[in-house]
Amino acid sequence: MVNYIKLIALGLITLLAMMAANYARDVAYLVHALIVTAVSGGLFIWTLRRVGTTVSHPQDEYFDSVVRAGVIATAFWGVVGFLAGVFIAFQLAFPALNFEWAQGYANFGRLRPLHTSAVIFAFGGNALIATSFYVVQRTSAARLWGGNLGWFVFWGYQLFIVLAATGYLLGGTQSKEYAEPEWYVDLWLTVVWVAYLAVFLGTIIKRKEPHIYVANWFYLSFIVTVAMLHLVNNATIPVSIFGSKSVIVWAGVQDAMTQWWYGHNAVGFFLTAGFLGMMYYFIPKQAERPVFSYKLSIIHFWALIFIYIWAGPHHLHYTALPDWASTLGMVFSVVLWMPSWGGMINGLMTLSGAWDKLRTDPVIRMMVISVGFYGMSTFEGPMMSIRAVNSLSHYTDWTIGHVHSGALGWNGMITFGALYFLVPVLWKRERLYSLTLVSWHFWLATIGIVLYAASMWVTGIMEGLMWREVDANGFLVNSFADTVAAKFPMYVVRGLGGLMFLAGAVIMCYNLWMTVRKSPAKESSLSVAVPAE
Amino acid sequence: METYSLLREFADSWMLLFLFAFFIGIILWVFRPGASKEYRETADIPFRHQDKPATDEEART
Repeated sequence: MVNYIKLIALGLITLLAMMAANYARDVAYLVHALIVTAVSGGLFIWTLRRVGTTVSHPQDEYFDSVVRAGVIATAFWGVVGFLAGVFIAFQLAFPALNFEWAQGYANFGRLRPLHTSAVIFAFGGNALIATSFYVVQRTSAARLWGGNLGWFVFWGYQLFIVLAATGYLLGGTQSKEYAEPEWYVDLWLTVVWVAYLAVFLGTIIKRKEPHIYVANWFYLSFIVTVAMLHLVNNATIPVSIFGSKSVIVWAGVQDAMTQWWYGHNAVGFFLTAGFLGMMYYFIPKQAERPVFSYKLSIIHFWALIFIYIWAGPHHLHYTALPDWASTLGMVFSVVLWMPSWGGMINGLMTLSGAWDKLRTDPVIRMMVISVGFYGMSTFEGPMMSIRAVNSLSHYTDWTIGHVHSGALGWNGMITFGALYFLVPVLWKRERLYSLTLVSWHFWLATIGIVLYAASMWVTGIMEGLMWREVDANGFLVNSFADTVAAKFPMYVVRGLGGLMFLAGAVIMCYNLWMTVRKSPAKESSLSVAVPAE
Repeated sequence: METYSLLREFADSWMLLFLFAFFIGIILWVFRPGASKEYRETADIPFRHQDKPATDEEART
């Protein structure tokens, strides 16, 4: 019965998508309609061939196949996103890489949002979905709720990524930082996200443990808050139902404030709360000891979510935003330093009594340095949000350096640590293929980040000072092009740092691949004959 | 009074007081007597049920 409803729905979607392709008013919309046609048409045939078969969901086993797919997707999108980043870094250093034949499609302006979305939403998002599905099952001692809904979340999210990425290249964009996808892509993400929330909450509700482990609190706040942010910041009216262009309902400074309320909480809840959920599960697991202070973790949680939500206005110092609002954002950003460091201390101190593992286990070294970078960037961020500092740092490369010490150092490293933990467990392997390669990855990534952040500090402060330099008569000394020319050496160093980080990620992929292919299977768990899903 | 002023006044007073009291309440709650013992138990959750879900008999309430 369910299959017949699915077939009717898929058939209708295919038909409507074909009609939309026919009436399409712009290229991005046309390509997206064709992608939707192909996907729903393909799914129609796939469902048709499977009518009559049922997929079993045994409640005495964990639903790990979707987590395995998520691990593969995370590694894949990670390399794609880092590669895009390295390429656009060199485009800035060598403008000739904005090829004439690809103008309008592969120049810096089109590729930059592709890079940010690929690393944040494709790499980070897949890491969050995969690890949250893993963690919520283990800490609830229950199989994922909703049966195949988990697969819908996974594949639905991949479709969102493909639609977003192709849209950017073809010019379908709302031009809002981290919220570039156009209205119909936003609607699709809403559907997927509601399913994600249902799967996650459903598993928590049917848990077999009396308490909800703290990691799940962080994951849940990430899912709920991102849903709220997404809906408010994407309140748009499409110009035509057959076109990608839409117009936001907020006007002027309200739109700017809504955008940065969204933008900063994308950092606060997507890249911080969600990844703290990873920290609170994978660091105790890898260190083989419980979190340093569970009390501190609860205070950390409530302080973080109560304060982060107000920090957005610090992106709008010296703009049309009223002073009181940007002061509010600044004050909350500075206060935010405390819960951030409380969380960092909690993560680091989990290793107390096991510090020797740092010498022998490169995976835990990765997790520890990620928490270290979390501490550094959550110190730098509040400092940069202070109005006087911001007058120097804003619009310069210092901001870019800050973002990357957080994204590469904190988000990247904790994800790599989680992947190194997960692959042997999920594929039932005794151990990783090579710890030497993990060490190579660790050092390449760490030195890459240091090169990146240091070069951006130098170039950012330099250009900030050059912009404000005036001569004795009050005239500006430097033209904009002067700053661009002066930044060239630092741009090359930044590109090389990115290249090292990318090389580390490629080594990780090889190592994980060989772990699945070559590492000895785990005998103990196979002897109780756990059937493959 | 127009909506903005009304909401602004509410946000500045009662809502602020509520959020602040809620937050202080959580901190007090965390340090309630007997909490340490319970949290030690909760902090051990990641080390149980690594390979398969709990059966109904094992379920803890």
